[in-house]
Amino acid sequence: MNHAKSEVMKFSWQNYDSHGFYDELIAARGTARAAGSAVAKHIRSLTMDEIRERQRAAELAVKTMGITFTVYSEGTNIDRAWPYDIIPRTISGSDWDRVEAGLVQRLTALNLFIDDVYHEQRILRDGVVPRELIVESGNFRAACVGMRPKHGVWAHICGTDLIRDRDGTFYVLEDNLRVPSGVSYMLENRKVTKRVFPELFAADNMRPIGEYTSHLFAMLASLSPRDGQRPVVVVLTPGIYNSAYFEHSYLAQQMGAELVEGGDLFVGADDCVYMRTIAGPAQVDVIYRRIDDLFLDPEVFNPDSTLGVPGLMRAWLRGKVALANAPGAGVADDKAVYTYVPDMIRYYLDEDAILPNVETYRCGEKEPCAFVLQHLDKLVVKPVNESGGYGMLIGPTASADERHAFARLVRAQPRNYVAQPLISLSTCPTVCDNDIEPRHLDLRPFILQGAQHYVTPGGLTRVALKKGSFVVNSSQGGGSKDTWIVDCP
Amino acid sequence: MSMLSRVAERVYWLGRYLERIENTARLVSVYGNVLLDLPSPAKLRWESLIAITGSGEDFATRYAQADEHNVVRFYLTDRDNPASIVNSADNARENARTVREMVPSSIWEGINDLHIYLHDNVEAALARRGRDAFLSRVIESCQFLVGCMAGSMSRDAAYHFLRAGRYLERADMTSRIVDVGTANVFPWGSAERDETGAARELDPYESILWMNVLRSLNALQMYRRQVPERISAEEVVAFLLQDENFPRAVANCLQALQSCLGHLPRNDAAVDTATAAIGHVAQANVAALLQEEGVHDFIDRMQIEFNALHAVISASWFEPQA
Repeated sequence: MNHAKSEVMKFSWQNYDSHGFYDELIAARGTARAAGSAVAKHIRSLTMDEIRERQRAAELAVKTMGITFTVYSEGTNIDRAWPYDIIPRTISGSDWDRVEAGLVQRLTALNLFIDDVYHEQRILRDGVVPRELIVESGNFRAACVGMRPKHGVWAHICGTDLIRDRDGTFYVLEDNLRVPSGVSYMLENRKVTKRVFPELFAADNMRPIGEYTSHLFAMLASLSPRDGQRPVVVVLTPGIYNSAYFEHSYLAQQMGAELVEGGDLFVGADDCVYMRTIAGPAQVDVIYRRIDDLFLDPEVFNPDSTLGVPGLMRAWLRGKVALANAPGAGVADDKAVYTYVPDMIRYYLDEDAILPNVETYRCGEKEPCAFVLQHLDKLVVKPVNESGGYGMLIGPTASADERHAFARLVRAQPRNYVAQPLISLSTCPTVCDNDIEPRHLDLRPFILQGAQHYVTPGGLTRVALKKGSFVVNSSQGGGSKDTWIVDCP
Repeated sequence: MSMLSRVAERVYWLGRYLERIENTARLVSVYGNVLLDLPSPAKLRWESLIAITGSGEDFATRYAQADEHNVVRFYLTDRDNPASIVNSADNARENARTVREMVPSSIWEGINDLHIYLHDNVEAALARRGRDAFLSRVIESCQFLVGCMAGSMSRDAAYHFLRAGRYLERADMTSRIVDVGTANVFPWGSAERDETGAARELDPYESILWMNVLRSLNALQMYRRQVPERISAEEVVAFLLQDENFPRAVANCLQALQSCLGHLPRNDAAVDTATAAIGHVAQANVAALLQEEGVHDFIDRMQIEFNALHAVISASWFEPQA
């Protein structure tokens, strides 16, 4: 392209083309959307060399700030620099207000659902959600039946994945209710942008995101079973080899909470939880646990777990300590249960879902399953119980052999799979080697629920850095962008 | 709020590793400078540097000869030398990574910056030309971190553990450097006395040696202000072991360490051990040590006390109770 050849020419949007996908920044050839007009204009004032220079500065800032993520099973140097693209993704404030309302509605219904499942099970009795789907689910924890967590809330922290279709409509792709991660990168991305692109901030009226950790701490503190004193809140991490260790450490630091590993805690004869400190045992009130249910307590779940704390479930069930998210909350985090969320919203709240689901076929049901098996070349098939983009089939790009192998998996355990049409993820301009090109992305906002709700303005935007790819997971070559909610005058 | 035992241990080691990076950089730097000062007849042997850290055996298993290139490589880039600067920097960063919530982010960023600089530039420092700039930058970065800690950390347990690690490491290194100056590691011996017991007139090279020993600890100026006479082995050794005011003297390090320990809970055993060590240093008769008893044996006993200090710190605070 012309602008890439010339050293002095400023960048032009004229040749930028998202090929029919909804682009977050450029509406039509050379024309920016209102929320992104200042960003597009600023980029137009730079040459490609200057833009690349900013990108390099950003990459250095990421290294210096120590923003890393961990990749499974690498050698000694296990943390990698976080991939970040300097061009922010902009969303208009009015679009966002609707998304925010939809997210609050959704999490409210999901928490009512979880609480119902562990008590009366009305929604199962009334046949709105099939009973076997829940009680046979690998995420249903019999040990939690009858428990009443504070505020009636089980999923305190939720990360919901959103995508935008060709017409720009937001859809919910999945709700992560177990130990969603990514919020630290959302916060750090903003800091990197401020460092390397400070002049971008002058023109825009964007919503700040920095209060997240204050809201998180206040929500966690509100769960404390002991009244009348400053609650002791800790973040429980599986340790330095976990892919999200950076985030665990970051959140503990930002909240002024202690970052603990299982071995730092024990349950006393009084069923209270204590941490081992230099001054002797100190009681813990609230645990923001970043380890999965099954590793929490070897006395109740996986007996081989060394990550958890023996007796922790006993302490929780007796109300001596709060756990966030509550054990068992994952029963609503399953791609088959996901398909019923609009029904849950109607059932518990008597409202229509503000945010639509992506159309999903349940392989556990006969007719949809047959349809899926006939159309494997057009569908994306996902295991219901995996995260991180693992174990899925992207039909349109898979080989015939891969499709056959996957068909066998689905036939063997149909309940374990759902299928969706290949969704058209929206795009955003992204700095590539010699140009700015459209790359596909999704969005993960974070929602807190305690006595009240809080939704991050924006969230973590993940970008598929490979041309044409829809895979945004950082473990599989995805990058990220700062996300701006811009209130246009 | 009290501090986790596991975290206390990592903060303490962070303090030790940062200090070790700085000390190693100083050591290599001063050795190169001594070399430039000396005429070829009094040529320095690089293997002497290996003796300072007690690494002779380890070195000999992997290197055919103790020439400049190999010795410098051993201290700067050798992955198999646990005390090499690259390993200390990795260890410092890894410890910092596990205690990020305890230290201000300026320190975390400073450690990352040092780590990146070190890995990008250490190869160039193997040649004499680029070495000085490299080592100076490493020392500066360490000093910057010490400054950040002093200027931005609350005087809580984390701060005291960081400093405890730093002072124990520093006392250890100063004592090793004194050992080198006196224990015939250098080719010409030192501090011989004639029959009357009067100190032999120092030959010019030996004076250069002691000046550089002082320089390696950034101590020359402070020494001169304290000791107006000519540089003598006895005065230098006494200064580096027993001066209570110079921050790299063993006596000062131990007192600072004792004060850190005094701020921590359940500190009786640790403070007692530090007090004993302070007493032994203060009571040492340097003239007698230089004459007959031997500085080297005394330093050996100090090293045993440093190990005991580490053990009592570990038992008091790092090992899980209950």
